[in-house]
Amino acid sequence: MFNSCLKSQTLWQNDNQMKISDDKNQSIAFSCPACGLLCDDVALSSTSPISIKNGCAKSITFFEQAYSTNHENAGLPSISGKATDLNTAIKAAAEILRASKQPLFAGIGTEITGMRTIIRLAEKTGATLDHMHSEGAVRNTLALQNGGWQNTTLTEVKNRATLILAIGTDIVSSHPRFFEKLVWNTNSMFDKTSPEVIYLGVPTENTKAGISPEGKQPMVIPADTAKLPEIINALHALMNNKNPLNKKSASDFVGGVAISSLQIILEKLKAAPYAVVVWAAGNFKYAHAELTIQSITQLIAKFNETSRIAGLPLNAGDGDMSVNNTSTWLSGYPTRNRFTHGKAEYDAYHFSSTQQLNSCDALLWISTFNAHLPPSSDMPTIVIGHPNMQFDRVPDVFIPVGIPGIDHVGSMARMDNVVSLPLKKVRPSALLSLSQVIEQVIEQINDSPT
Amino acid sequence: MITQLKNGRIYDPKHGKDGVIQDIYIRNGRIINKPGANEKISQTYDLTGKVVMAGAIDMHSHIGGGKVNIARMLLPEFQERKSYTEPEAHICTPGCTHNATPSTTEAGFRYIEMGYTAAFEPAMLPVNARQAHLEMGDTPMIDKGGYAMLGSDDYFLRMLAAKKDQKAINDYVAWTMNASQAIGIKVVNPGGISAFKFNQRKLDLDENHSYYHITPREILKSLSRAVYDLGIAKPLHVHCNNLGAAGNFETTLNTMGASEGLPMHLTHIQFHSYGTEGDKKFSSAAAQISEALNKNKHITADVGQILFGQTVTASGDSMVQYLNSKHGNPKKSVIMDIECDAGCGVVPFKYKDQNYVNALQWAIGLEIFLSAEDPWRIFLTTDHPNGAPFTSYPHLIRLLMDKSFRNETFAKLNLDAQGMSNLASLDREYSLYEIAIMTRAGAAKLIGLHDRGHLGVGGGADITVYTDQPDREAMFTKPDYVFKDGELVVKDGKVIKVTWGATHTAKPAFDIGVEKGLKDYFDKYHTIQLENFKISEDEISNDGRGSVIVHENKQASH
Repeated sequence: MFNSCLKSQTLWQNDNQMKISDDKNQSIAFSCPACGLLCDDVALSSTSPISIKNGCAKSITFFEQAYSTNHENAGLPSISGKATDLNTAIKAAAEILRASKQPLFAGIGTEITGMRTIIRLAEKTGATLDHMHSEGAVRNTLALQNGGWQNTTLTEVKNRATLILAIGTDIVSSHPRFFEKLVWNTNSMFDKTSPEVIYLGVPTENTKAGISPEGKQPMVIPADTAKLPEIINALHALMNNKNPLNKKSASDFVGGVAISSLQIILEKLKAAPYAVVVWAAGNFKYAHAELTIQSITQLIAKFNETSRIAGLPLNAGDGDMSVNNTSTWLSGYPTRNRFTHGKAEYDAYHFSSTQQLNSCDALLWISTFNAHLPPSSDMPTIVIGHPNMQFDRVPDVFIPVGIPGIDHVGSMARMDNVVSLPLKKVRPSALLSLSQVIEQVIEQINDSPT
Repeated sequence: MITQLKNGRIYDPKHGKDGVIQDIYIRNGRIINKPGANEKISQTYDLTGKVVMAGAIDMHSHIGGGKVNIARMLLPEFQERKSYTEPEAHICTPGCTHNATPSTTEAGFRYIEMGYTAAFEPAMLPVNARQAHLEMGDTPMIDKGGYAMLGSDDYFLRMLAAKKDQKAINDYVAWTMNASQAIGIKVVNPGGISAFKFNQRKLDLDENHSYYHITPREILKSLSRAVYDLGIAKPLHVHCNNLGAAGNFETTLNTMGASEGLPMHLTHIQFHSYGTEGDKKFSSAAAQISEALNKNKHITADVGQILFGQTVTASGDSMVQYLNSKHGNPKKSVIMDIECDAGCGVVPFKYKDQNYVNALQWAIGLEIFLSAEDPWRIFLTTDHPNGAPFTSYPHLIRLLMDKSFRNETFAKLNLDAQGMSNLASLDREYSLYEIAIMTRAGAAKLIGLHDRGHLGVGGGADITVYTDQPDREAMFTKPDYVFKDGELVVKDGKVIKVTWGATHTAKPAFDIGVEKGLKDYFDKYHTIQLENFKISEDEISNDGRGSVIVHENKQASH
């Protein structure tokens, strides 16, 4: 019923399109964990027909997944594909981890409460930790650890930004309400005008969200993302009057982009009272993309010597910010870390899932927000996650758990690494939370004979 | 169950006890009167010859919240710095881990192992307070609490610019304390963090913010009045304008007058006591600052001593940290504009004993300590981790208590700096009683922790027992016993039982009508709902480990 109701409606449901908060239909406000914006102006109606207020494409998919139980035995733990009770599954999981000398905890799609217990289990079992979206996150971390950055947060963007420069990302594929909430807002603290929008390295067909409600077109500079290192470096070069690039004709090209276009970008960045540069590290899919990010942050630093500008890295999702933050305060390190005899170690290269799948001897895959499947491997595999998972390759142990923000409470960090919000329980659920299951696994390991 | 601590030498300044031999009795986590003859004493610790103090309280230490975690993320290399072998090692002992960015677990362990039983995060951005409390909740062993940062937040600045009456300001301040589960209010570079976002690079005490057209002085006057009117025990915690700038002592002296006689606490005052004399145009203004501190009884201060070695500075003062970022060592930094509410700046620093400025900073801090006439109004801090990691406190205590050690150290520093400091002429040596005031009784009184920081009947049984040693650094590095809420948790400097401590808060009353304006404001301008800005007590206690203690306010003055 829920499914059909959602699907029968348009994906974009705004206040003026539907009213669900009337007297007869109470709604539950909650924080939506479907993307890093962590919108908390979202509400779910509690009576039929169930619908979402302020839902976006991502949140609707997220809720459809959460509310669909379209295969047999959903919600039941299993061992080698055969349904079993929770205790037996927990014992089997504990046995695999107890026998393992070097387990890999991968996926780690969870929120802060879940991550707190994951860290405890990792300390106990000497596990390596890597998030499913770490390829992008690690590029940002490396850039941060190499040079730092000058960044901003969402409320600053909403109230202060006069220019948005999106590099290699359309923003809305990963953060659908970004423009609606933070760019085309009509109220701002300092009575600014709507920001000018520039896309660099984004195909024109993906830039519709950058057209203002009044119809003002964004500046679009398409380019191959693989050419971004060259293009960003050209921006640096053009800022230096003595650089030979300034002697070239404005109609010459660098990385497929006209020098005149790059000069316009620089002029606009310089003139903007508060420019915001947005990037999505996950989109920079080439070797040493962290250097591109560092080049962007250095550009920001250069402008900040005289005017104001700030960066805003987009996250990828599945609790990546929560996992990284919690790991950092508990172990001293962001992820791609490992515990050896209870002591944390950090290596952004060697502790990747890709590397560890060659050397670890057990895999614990965690994905509680979405039904993401584990990587294929021959080693003993435990999966704890979304009840809707359907496996191509059946894991040794599968324990379905509640979805954070739907089946149980929690806390989650927003994409800007500053704001964290409580997650609510919005429906009755028999499923345990990830942390409850992990607690039981820890207890079981403690009780097992060594 | 009654525990007896027998024959200890008690240093309990709140009750005027200066080395009195006395027994202490504990039941259910509290200090009790001597039990009757028919009551059974279950455990006795013979503390003959031992020094007994209340658990120490760090009233200013960056232990939780976004900027600390950014520092950890920025500096993975710090985690491996477990032993210190660089040239500056001559002024430190192996007891100091020199980990400026400990994990929450390590922070709790290192504090309790030194006999500290509470630490207060001094710069909790209300919008980031949830994370600060999550981190503090994961900090074992010690009690904690936070001061909510105001003064560069748009809501307050626009109220002030619109000349809203003091009651409206007071309601907002009280509401913020409740919403962020804080025990005090802090202001950092009043107005300056906001001004930096408008591309102002400097803001003096009487200079206008370019957008709101109000001055830091007006901000200080309004916030110190609010804290006073609301009966909040902890005076307004002030990080002055112009941190670290040569010549900033005048700003600091003028700031003392900004509250017009109402209580204010000037934090890490060492960083605000610089003159411009000498060839290098950087000099000690400790004499002027100390004279003013001694004279102005409404002012308290903590020092923010620097000690040599690698650390990281983490501050809400994005305006000044942006300027400092060019001195970063290693050369990397994070500067953030945050939610039209606050900001932060994280810049690694390495203080070198042969660097003129660093050596003089070291001397300035000590000059201030040694010139303070009233130990109840000066507090021992390194502004962890900004001046040095908190693990260097025992070393700092030795510098204060041992003149010859201090002078030997001073003699090894940059010669030009030695020539610009009168440190060697200051003969004072702090006594154990004065150390107990600075690190226990005074800190508890300042924050309003009525049942901590003393050893009187009814007090929480947070107690530290030391062996009296001439080497005060060795003595304060490794207590024999630490009791937390009556339980023995540290023996011979090592944790033997893991506990979790509580979160101290104050909840001044406010007119709930304040939420109407705030709700409209949040709906219009913010990116989260007002309801989610507020942190419930359940969020702190739900994990089954944490708990919230609400302290009563002083009699409100109105």
